[in-house]
Amino acid sequence: MNPDYRLYHPKWHRRRIPIFWWLGKRSYIRFIARELTSVFVAYCAVLLLLQTWMLGRGEAAYARFSEWLASPPLVGFHLLTLLAVVFHTVTWLGLAPTALVISVRGRRVPSRAVLLAHYAAWAVASGVVAWALLGGS
Amino acid sequence: MSRRSDEAGLWLSFSSGGMLAALLFPAIAFLFWIGPALGWTPSPAYDHLVGLVRHPLVRVLLFALISLSMFHWAHRFRYTLYDGLQLYHLNHLIAVVTYGLATVLSLVAGFVVVTV
Amino acid sequence: MDSITLEVSRYRPEEENEPSWQDYEVPFRKDWMVLDALNHVKDHLDGTLSYRWACRMGVCGSCGMMVNGEPVLTCATYLETCAPGPIRVEPLRGFPVIRDLVGDLTDFLEKLERVKPWIVRDKERSLDEGEYRQTPEELAEYKQYSMCINCMLCYAACPIYELEPEFVGPAAIALAQRYNLDSRDDGRAARMDVLARQDGIWACTFVGECSAVCPKNVDPAGAIQRYKLEAATDWVKAMVLPWRKR
Repeated sequence: MNPDYRLYHPKWHRRRIPIFWWLGKRSYIRFIARELTSVFVAYCAVLLLLQTWMLGRGEAAYARFSEWLASPPLVGFHLLTLLAVVFHTVTWLGLAPTALVISVRGRRVPSRAVLLAHYAAWAVASGVVAWALLGGS
Repeated sequence: MSRRSDEAGLWLSFSSGGMLAALLFPAIAFLFWIGPALGWTPSPAYDHLVGLVRHPLVRVLLFALISLSMFHWAHRFRYTLYDGLQLYHLNHLIAVVTYGLATVLSLVAGFVVVTV
Repeated sequence: MDSITLEVSRYRPEEENEPSWQDYEVPFRKDWMVLDALNHVKDHLDGTLSYRWACRMGVCGSCGMMVNGEPVLTCATYLETCAPGPIRVEPLRGFPVIRDLVGDLTDFLEKLERVKPWIVRDKERSLDEGEYRQTPEELAEYKQYSMCINCMLCYAACPIYELEPEFVGPAAIALAQRYNLDSRDDGRAARMDVLARQDGIWACTFVGECSAVCPKNVDPAGAIQRYKLEAATDWVKAMVLPWRKR
């Protein structure tokens, strides 16, 4: 007989959740990876801000900044950053159809159409960025 | 007043920041920081970029992108620490640090896009 | 193979403080579900094993358990898909264990009642006014969310529910949406008061596992994200037009 047990007193069990609970399942790992892309998004924001500021400091300063950007370890890190932000985009757009359920003239717009519309928006936005950045060179 | 939470506002900034980042950062990261360094794409010319960044619409877009991306990170990272590492007792501190950093960087971004 | 091992989580509070494992060897039949194996254990090997089940055809929601770490309906999981075993059977995660494979679901029931899962009317119609009429399109708006059988697999799959037990949870929110989207209902504002809170929809981080495990394709994750959009829109409207009646 369990000495901690008292008759008619419920003694329910709750398991202790391990700190690294998210390593237990592949879907959880993917979830945490997706959430951690936000760190790379923040890095892009900060770097973009830095780059904008450098533009205002004159051609020489900007040239030095561009040289620093081209150094191999930084380019390596930026390749990782690119992978992370692309993963952010793909997972973000992939979830858009679940949140955006719309009906047009009484008929439900199929999820695939919503997804394709988002990918089209991504293509257009990227195109505009490319045109704006490379238009003058 | 209703008992509804103001968390909705934070979620909106997270959501719009996430969308802007999703649509714009892949192209920006590639064309600014990878393509030119590896010689795959031409490096945008200085004069052209300065002209671009001083356009009023671009100033606004830059500010929105930087500020909302930071709030996107703040909101998401706060929850990742909260749930991922079970840091419930530090909830208030984490909120102050993340949203605080996002606010500070937004102010800096505002200053930079106006004065560049 | 003609037999398979079940590794079952036992918890007898009058004997132990922590759950323990007990192995049972059951016949391996291609047409048997995990529930059939558990019934075989109860009938022929160990009558002390406690677990819930009822309809054995996937409509009552009673027999939800963790099988090899995944929340499933044991009446809908073939032994063959878990072969060669051993098959690990545990009570649904996220709920306190009363005994063996039986969890306490009071928390869910309390939360379900909180979201008012019934038609709320501002003004009841009298009988001579006739029935409430609904077009097929109006039915289609909420039908998916009405398929919920309260099996709680979504709660077991949701890491947030286990980490933050105050979280209202996927099924409760999906069921709230079932009524919010029903053309006969007027309870949207009342349910928004209950759900647009930190322990309501805002605790959800869209892991998405709830929809992945739902045996009825209710898609609670979708219900929650749509609700977040609605709540956010309401919040903006309240900020911009504070005099507006909710």
